[in-house]
Amino acid sequence: MSAADERAPLPGADFEEAAAVSRLRRVSVRKVAGRLLLNAVLALVCAAWTLPTLGLLVTSFRDPDMVSRSGWWTAARDPKGLSLDNYRTVLAGQDWSYVDSSGKTVRLRGENMLGAFGNSLAVTVPSVLIPILVAAFAAYGFAWLKFPGRKMLFVGIVALLAVPLQIALIPILRDYQKAGLNGSFLGVWLAHTGFGLPLATYLFYNYISTLPRSILESAFIDGASHYTCFTRLILPLAMPALASFAIFQFLWVWNDLLVALVFLSGGGRAMEVLTQRLLALAGTRGQDWHLLTAGAFVSMLLPLAVFFGLQKHFVRGLLAGSVKG
Amino acid sequence: MNGNKAAKPGAPGRWIARAAPALAAPILALAALWAGFALIKEGWIAGGLAAAFAAVWGVAGAALLFFVANWSVERLGPKVRARALPFVFVGPAILVMAWYLAAPTARTLFLSFFDASSRGFAGLDNYAYVFTDRTMRIAFLNNLAWLVFGTGFSVLSGLVIAIMADRSRFERAAKSLVFLPMAISFVGAGVIWRFVYAYRPEGDAQVGLLNALVTAAGGSPVNWIVERPWNTLFLIVIFVWLQTGFAMVVLSAAIKGVPAELLEAARIDGASELRVVRSVLIPSILPSIVTVATTTLLLTLKVFDIVYAMTNGLYGTEVLASQQYKQMFKFLHYGRGSAIAIVILVAVTPMIWYNLRQFNKREAFS
Repeated sequence: MSAADERAPLPGADFEEAAAVSRLRRVSVRKVAGRLLLNAVLALVCAAWTLPTLGLLVTSFRDPDMVSRSGWWTAARDPKGLSLDNYRTVLAGQDWSYVDSSGKTVRLRGENMLGAFGNSLAVTVPSVLIPILVAAFAAYGFAWLKFPGRKMLFVGIVALLAVPLQIALIPILRDYQKAGLNGSFLGVWLAHTGFGLPLATYLFYNYISTLPRSILESAFIDGASHYTCFTRLILPLAMPALASFAIFQFLWVWNDLLVALVFLSGGGRAMEVLTQRLLALAGTRGQDWHLLTAGAFVSMLLPLAVFFGLQKHFVRGLLAGSVKG
Repeated sequence: MNGNKAAKPGAPGRWIARAAPALAAPILALAALWAGFALIKEGWIAGGLAAAFAAVWGVAGAALLFFVANWSVERLGPKVRARALPFVFVGPAILVMAWYLAAPTARTLFLSFFDASSRGFAGLDNYAYVFTDRTMRIAFLNNLAWLVFGTGFSVLSGLVIAIMADRSRFERAAKSLVFLPMAISFVGAGVIWRFVYAYRPEGDAQVGLLNALVTAAGGSPVNWIVERPWNTLFLIVIFVWLQTGFAMVVLSAAIKGVPAELLEAARIDGASELRVVRSVLIPSILPSIVTVATTTLLLTLKVFDIVYAMTNGLYGTEVLASQQYKQMFKFLHYGRGSAIAIVILVAVTPMIWYNLRQFNKREAFS
């Protein structure tokens, strides 16, 4: 029932009905006012939620002097002070020059975020694809193959769902130091695979076990092996579940700091991922807001693109991944 | 199955001829993968190309291992295949999880009874340290604040925004804006909020939004992330800013599932809108609220990035996970680091138990 219906004049209204109408009208006025208030408050909340990010975005385009002299909200007064210079500096690295002991001028190129962007990609892509592959095989095994210890192993996986990864840092680091895996991409992929597998296996099992058995049986009659069945039939059918997990895992790995700090530490600065590089930037140049904001925005580019491009899947992935330990 | 004929007895030579490549193939594949790893590790390929090569090598390597393992098992005849094939499928996952999560639980527990370098037995010393040290006490108290306020505010604001968005004229836009921070890393959010909290001495132009507001209202600027004990609350605000979107999306979906007749009936009975929300809507989405709250609670127990990026635990903002990291890397005390990890694990045990109970109740596994 909308407010407009309630206000409609009643034909041939007598005194009592007229009183009722005026009462209704009062109620509906209050209703309209309430709705206005609700929309206004919500708009305010949205503004408050967006302002911090907006400040970051605006500052990343501003001239360094301006950034330290006035608030970003005054940037519109001087649109000439906006440029892409900060991004150029952050992406390519700042040029430093100094005069060494023999009097020669030495030019050095500082840290840049482009390399870290590449490292983040090199860490993230396999850390998303490998657990999907391994977990999908396992989910098929649990759903369609019979073997001793099947139920017990799966209960174990459910128990591991909420185990915090903090528990693994010290033992795995010691293993890596012995095996020479510390500071290698392989080590980080395996770590992300290990920490993501319980959830991935659990989700994929839930999905694959609900696929109708008749699909498989007809494939077996045609002489297909389990392997063919899995790669040709089940993998394409499970794509929605795989995609949901992929988005969640992508966000998790791309935005991760702790795993990178612990397992990439042996690789030195050349292997740093974006979150590490951004943190280093904040530590050494904490007051250089123009560089820090541009750097932060570079690190947010890909997740934001995924967010705007795949919002529906993004939501589904996050909901699916919400129980990760 | 097509393997039946080939496995008939009386042809041991043929069996060996078939088995030899079946055993050699996995070894060859592993060797090839290891060679690729060494190639990358030794820096034979330079710069960005190395990263791209490594990524392709990693994914292709994992796929190759599955392919080769299956090929080998298929060649070994139906009897071996029936036994071994399930382990080709589930084996790698089980091994990786055992190495990265199951075994470390026991190993960390073991290490927590040893000294800094894990050589000498230390008894309960590490736990005594964890429960009596002054910094650890601050970490416990802060983590409690994270747990209560981080979870409470995230769920509450998510609920309020979900309910308001449901009745507003711009639901989609509002939800997108509040949800957007979920795509941002804790470190990125740290930079965003450092800028909001930025502090300049009184008299200088304030570039931080919050201090600009305070000085515009006639107050004097505050150094938000140094001022204890409130600074922990200002760090929690960052977490709430990030996590509200998650709570909102889940609860919004739950609200859409409440039958409209139920709400309409209450309205016809003359209940005010606030009353409808309190007595009808919230009770019907209570299970979703509990799910969101427990998920967020787990996150607050392990919170690390925000503290590490904002203050590195200075100014009395230490939490359990940041203390664990410091014990590992700064003080190189593996015993204490392990003990803290065990404390975090014990704190999430109710969740593990709950997951197992839900799983048994559903009996989805036949």
